[in-house]
Amino acid sequence: MNQILLRQDLVPKIHLFKVAAPKIAGKAQAGQFVIVRIDERGERIPLTIADWDRKGGSITVVFMEVGTTTCRLAQLGAGDSITDFVGPLGLPTHIEKFGTVVCVAGGFAVATIMPIARAMRQAGNRVISIMGARSKNLIFWEDELRRVSDQLIVTTDDGSYGRKGLVTEPLRELLSGDGKISRVIAIGPTVMMKFCAKTTEPFGVKTIVSLNPIMVDGTGMCGCCRVAVSGATRFVCVDGPDFDGHQVDWDLLMARQRIYLDEEKRSFEQCQCQHGTKS
Amino acid sequence: MAKLDLNRVPMPRQEPEVRAKNFSEVALGYSLKQALAEANRCILCPKRNCVAGCPVNVDIPDFVKAMREDDMLAAVRILKSKNALPGICGRVCPQETQCEVACVIGKRGAPIAIGRLERYVADWERANMSPESLAPELPKPTGKRVAVVGSGPAGLTAAAELAKLGHSVTIFEALHVAGGVLMYGIPEFRLPKEIVQAEVDYVTSLGVELTLNSVIGKIDTVDELLESGYQAVFLGTGAGLPMFMNIAGENLNGIYSANEFLTRVNLMKAYQFPEYDTPVKVGKRVAVIGGGNVAMDSARCALRLGADEVYIIYRRSEVEIPARREEVENAMEEGIQFKLLTNPKQFLGNDQNWVVGMECYQMELGEPDESGRRRPIVKEGSEFIIDVDVVIVALGTTPNPLIAQTTKGLKTSKWGTVVADEETGRAEKPGVWAGGDIVTGAATVISAMGAGKLAAADIDRYLRGE
Repeated sequence: MNQILLRQDLVPKIHLFKVAAPKIAGKAQAGQFVIVRIDERGERIPLTIADWDRKGGSITVVFMEVGTTTCRLAQLGAGDSITDFVGPLGLPTHIEKFGTVVCVAGGFAVATIMPIARAMRQAGNRVISIMGARSKNLIFWEDELRRVSDQLIVTTDDGSYGRKGLVTEPLRELLSGDGKISRVIAIGPTVMMKFCAKTTEPFGVKTIVSLNPIMVDGTGMCGCCRVAVSGATRFVCVDGPDFDGHQVDWDLLMARQRIYLDEEKRSFEQCQCQHGTKS
Repeated sequence: MAKLDLNRVPMPRQEPEVRAKNFSEVALGYSLKQALAEANRCILCPKRNCVAGCPVNVDIPDFVKAMREDDMLAAVRILKSKNALPGICGRVCPQETQCEVACVIGKRGAPIAIGRLERYVADWERANMSPESLAPELPKPTGKRVAVVGSGPAGLTAAAELAKLGHSVTIFEALHVAGGVLMYGIPEFRLPKEIVQAEVDYVTSLGVELTLNSVIGKIDTVDELLESGYQAVFLGTGAGLPMFMNIAGENLNGIYSANEFLTRVNLMKAYQFPEYDTPVKVGKRVAVIGGGNVAMDSARCALRLGADEVYIIYRRSEVEIPARREEVENAMEEGIQFKLLTNPKQFLGNDQNWVVGMECYQMELGEPDESGRRRPIVKEGSEFIIDVDVVIVALGTTPNPLIAQTTKGLKTSKWGTVVADEETGRAEKPGVWAGGDIVTGAATVISAMGAGKLAAADIDRYLRGE
């Protein structure tokens, strides 16, 4: 059992938990994830590690309410416990001094990109971050990301804050500009990562994406999370989650993310009947 | 003395049409009367070939004799002194190729049903005794600490043996329950999880500490365990990595590894979805590729989930099927259809990436290959299509590379198995032992237990400085 030490509601439907997990906190590195199972009836789902406190022995995760498990998670608060909390899983993001690194975060992945941007900066890179959200009311951690970046660009789809438009537009401008971009890290919804990779491809800039397929065990046992990268089958849980975005078969990944749409809907309806929702 | 009955007492089982719709245990177990009748067939011969046939050398004639004398408690003690997991072994051991094949009565008729008697004794204990009541008196603690990685049959056996020798043992398990393949792989209808849990509880009653949700190689490496006060590490992490065929269409939606399918159904209880949150696709026409026990388990799970038709796709003929005969017969009785001498060429999908069909070759058998079985050969031009909506690939597993990748000095084979001495389980790296599927590749529960036992004996010698 792992106790939730702190809950913060960042924006509607997006929450932060700080969870007591001293062993994991001692080992966690940027880009890794944990597998969470709420209780005996629960599913095992991966959540990316947003931060860790090695001294305090806690792991921070940020999640969005999208289905049964995340909505059930959102019913919990400080003092409650999560039955299973396993990690740190997956390979850490490759950090080294590349030169200028652009970190692009879509939606609540701003939480995922934070430790990566921080580590890239600590490694001596010039870090330019781009964060995009649908609308102003979904923006969080702007100041936090600005603190670990040399430059920050904010976009909203509807133009209610920052630049109007998608993250790919400032990304393209940076790539077309004078400064040499050595590497791009893009994390967010699959379709956003796909289009970031498509944007950078003509410029030949290596682009790392963090994939988020369905998982069960998270340790390489089941193969549920398999993806095709450079034509070869890879398991995201042990070979990733980071891959070269120019080599990922995006259509396959998106199709495999839809495997359980019907079941997810059925499960979610039942879950809402039982709990109602609280945002 | 009554004339020897050449036939064994039949095992009561759920009727095929009933059991094909539920996940309850198929074999119901002997009554006392049936168990005694079967025990009385044993002639208590002095040869004791059966004992030598058992990988953990259970004193079979002795526990059978105790049963006949109606001293079930003595039978339990004899059995458990050599085998910490009798309720499991009585159900899933391939006795027909081990103890029972060595039985002298087998020369004239059916050998003694040793596995069924073992199960009877284990079930009697669970019904009549508390888990702790039979824990042996433990010796004075040696003060030595051993880390056991993995809580499957190899790890549980090694841990129990080491605890009985007075060592302090911690098991590290990656999943949220102990038992390994006994929990995630073998279905409820063949091995009820309550029985696995009871036998895990017995091991912890010996003082073994169980640490769940701990992926060694991630949260701690083997070297870190050795540096943090464990004098020895036993690796029993099994063969957890599923093999695929590398043919076209393998990543279509609806195609599972047997590991994933069985994990969803058994470990995550997808057969109780949506009461349990984990879903599984219930196909109408399900093809299971492979002929081992895992293939039979997958096919029979798919049937119980409600599939209309379930096929076993196997590239050789019926005589080469590697699954236990009993399980093949159970599957056939339940209505699983066997498409033999058939091998997939590619999977066919629709525009939504869902599998809709499987193009197969007809096969024929040639000369025996290195495995001793006749080699399957493709019949050119024999391609045909089977309509399917779920496919389960049950072609075997290899060890998870996580430990090997993160442990300095551990030697592995080209198949990814850890190299360890067959007699002692000693790996190339000092202080490290290994046993079970991680060494042999996918094999049986009892051979893993045998390896766990041998390694425990050697670890004990090492810790005592012998």
